[in-house]
Amino acid sequence: MSQITLVQAVNDALKEEMRSDNDVVVLGEDVGVNGGVFRCTADLVEEFGEERVIDTPLSESGIIGAAIGMAVYGLRPVPEIQFSDFIWPAFDQITSEMAKMRYRSGSQFTCPMVIRTPYGGGIRGGLYHSQSPEAYFTHTSGLTVVVPSDPYDAKGLLKAAIRSPDPVIFLEPKRIYRAPKMEVPEDDDYIVEIGKAAVRREGTDFTITAYGAMVEVALKACELAEKKGWNGEVLDLRTLVPLDEESLIASVTKTGRLVTLQEAPKFSGYSSELSAIVAEKAIDVMEAPIRRVAGFDVPFPYTLEHVYMPHAERVLKAVDDVMTF
Amino acid sequence: MSRKDGKNDGEKRQGGRKSRSKQGTPRGPGSKRPKTPPKTPKVERNPRENPMSGATQDLLQVISEGGKALKGKKSGLSEELLLGMYRSMVQTRLLDERMINLQRQGRIGFYVPSTGEEASQVGSALAFEEEDWIYPSYRVPGLFLQRGVPIERMVANCFGNDADLCLGRQMPVHYAFKDQNIVSISSPIGTHIVQATGTAMAQKIKGSSGVTAVMFGDGGTSSNDFHSGMNLAGVTRAPCVFICTNNQWAISVPQEKQTASKSFAIKAKAYGMPGVRVDGNDVLAVYKATKSAVDDARAGKGPTLLELVTYRRGPHSSSDDPTRYRGNQADEWMDKDPILRFRKYLENQDLWSEVQENALHEELKAGINASVKVAENAPQPALETLFTDVFEKVPPYLREQYETLVQDEGTGHEPDPDAAFPL
Repeated sequence: MSQITLVQAVNDALKEEMRSDNDVVVLGEDVGVNGGVFRCTADLVEEFGEERVIDTPLSESGIIGAAIGMAVYGLRPVPEIQFSDFIWPAFDQITSEMAKMRYRSGSQFTCPMVIRTPYGGGIRGGLYHSQSPEAYFTHTSGLTVVVPSDPYDAKGLLKAAIRSPDPVIFLEPKRIYRAPKMEVPEDDDYIVEIGKAAVRREGTDFTITAYGAMVEVALKACELAEKKGWNGEVLDLRTLVPLDEESLIASVTKTGRLVTLQEAPKFSGYSSELSAIVAEKAIDVMEAPIRRVAGFDVPFPYTLEHVYMPHAERVLKAVDDVMTF
Repeated sequence: MSRKDGKNDGEKRQGGRKSRSKQGTPRGPGSKRPKTPPKTPKVERNPRENPMSGATQDLLQVISEGGKALKGKKSGLSEELLLGMYRSMVQTRLLDERMINLQRQGRIGFYVPSTGEEASQVGSALAFEEEDWIYPSYRVPGLFLQRGVPIERMVANCFGNDADLCLGRQMPVHYAFKDQNIVSISSPIGTHIVQATGTAMAQKIKGSSGVTAVMFGDGGTSSNDFHSGMNLAGVTRAPCVFICTNNQWAISVPQEKQTASKSFAIKAKAYGMPGVRVDGNDVLAVYKATKSAVDDARAGKGPTLLELVTYRRGPHSSSDDPTRYRGNQADEWMDKDPILRFRKYLENQDLWSEVQENALHEELKAGINASVKVAENAPQPALETLFTDVFEKVPPYLREQYETLVQDEGTGHEPDPDAAFPL
């Protein structure tokens, strides 16, 4: 076990999977010689060569399209989109092609591939280096969507994603790329199973659902709530599709109160789905209306980023609402 | 093709484009004309006047339009292969006619005819080896037949029944044939072009001697992924053959509204690869050009772009009425029938006769009829196929949706008799 950052965890996962499976290849903009703009693919080209660590021309659609062609042929490509904000030229490839390949061909052709991309705000990146695009992908059948919230999960989930027989969108919370460091296993067999949520803090009074960088915010909010005498539970979803519905329902059944937390805009956001599922399946155990804490329904701002981003006090207000209903 | 006219045309258009980009506004009603006056009169939009259509003297040919072997040109193919190609071409035409009839009778939902383009499909198909991978367009049934796809599989797909390898999930003609390395077809145009580059790169990475070929139309060259795919293949020297079947129409849009380039083949230049214009109605020329490109790719000499110049004699699809946008222009192309041309060639070589022709038609029609009979009586795909193959394993939430469906509505869903593709 060693103390590493989320960036190092991603790098380690890639190295381990590339060592154990020659079919794993990495491609994207600046992933080779430069090692990625966030250094996630550092040193890969030295170890695995330019044929398996490919610096591509600047075309997101081309990166994902080519990766699809590699995957149907039998490779396990791990394309990187430099910022999730730049993924849209590849949207057609992702939703029309990658996500539907297995279904439309009756499983004759499949796309075992992982699209890695940093997402989210909090790094002063403005409109085009800050967005959270998960809802666009969770809405598309055939995509598995994974969001780690710490180095341990990042490594274990990425390794599991690379071994998955189906395509995975792997969203890396770039705000916490470098902190905090954490002990992560070096065992080759270590993976974190896709589709399982984790209770990060056990509580009895209310549940906060979160993922990615918002898990930390949820935990802070619980600390603040504790001072008011309320004992919160934090459910880190880890995988958005397939959702660990069982854990969600179990948690709200215990607490009877739900605050959902995401940094993406609120309207038609992923958390709205959580809210709907709880309303459909567990309304009888709920003691207060569900509250959603989310980004505002505006483009992601630069200077006023700190206002846009959900913070612990804002979450506490929602907790207050559900606790005092 | 008049090279002089073509050159002037290019210069004039370039001038116009520069001025437009300076002004920062697209040309449209009310917008200012370019400051620099054009050097030549306005380009005539009529396709018959267009340097790219009609004229064939700059195209690679082996057989004359009258069916004679051109001087010094030999097919290099055995009698068996020549007759096999002819068979696939006739089979393609007969399948086309039958499927369109079935669609008109409401017995299948949709079809994409390829009448007049048989040479481009069959000639290419013969150039590939078993290990090669193909990304087809939706208008190349002749390629599938020539490559050994059983016709009953294709007919089953058109009926969307449980014998369809795609389990009725796609509209007709969106085939996928893993056994022949023919990758699944989708409807968005051009997306498969860059996928083909990726497969070719993968072949290289895995040390295979296989190559990848991709088919698309003139319209496809305007798509994002034509650029992405050609560019990436040029940079990586991937063993990929790009085959543009220029049938001169993208639904209602003629080729000269698709590009200001002098040809589609010339676009290869920008990507550092050779581009070859071929008479797409000459099956032997198509074979020869494709074989040469495939051999180059296999030998590590990198990718090639082929432009097979042919003509879409029929509608874009069973839902399209071409008289709305091109009148009766197709008539001029009727005497450019690639099947008739090849038949005359075979007859000139004493390889074919009227008796053989009639026998072949009878045999192929009987085969198609038998396939239709089987397909029409086959059951529709099982209800659970609605939920399978989304992922390798059916996840709990999809299982729940399936179980709820069966519980609420049972399993006896009959086909909707009024369903028809509306476009």
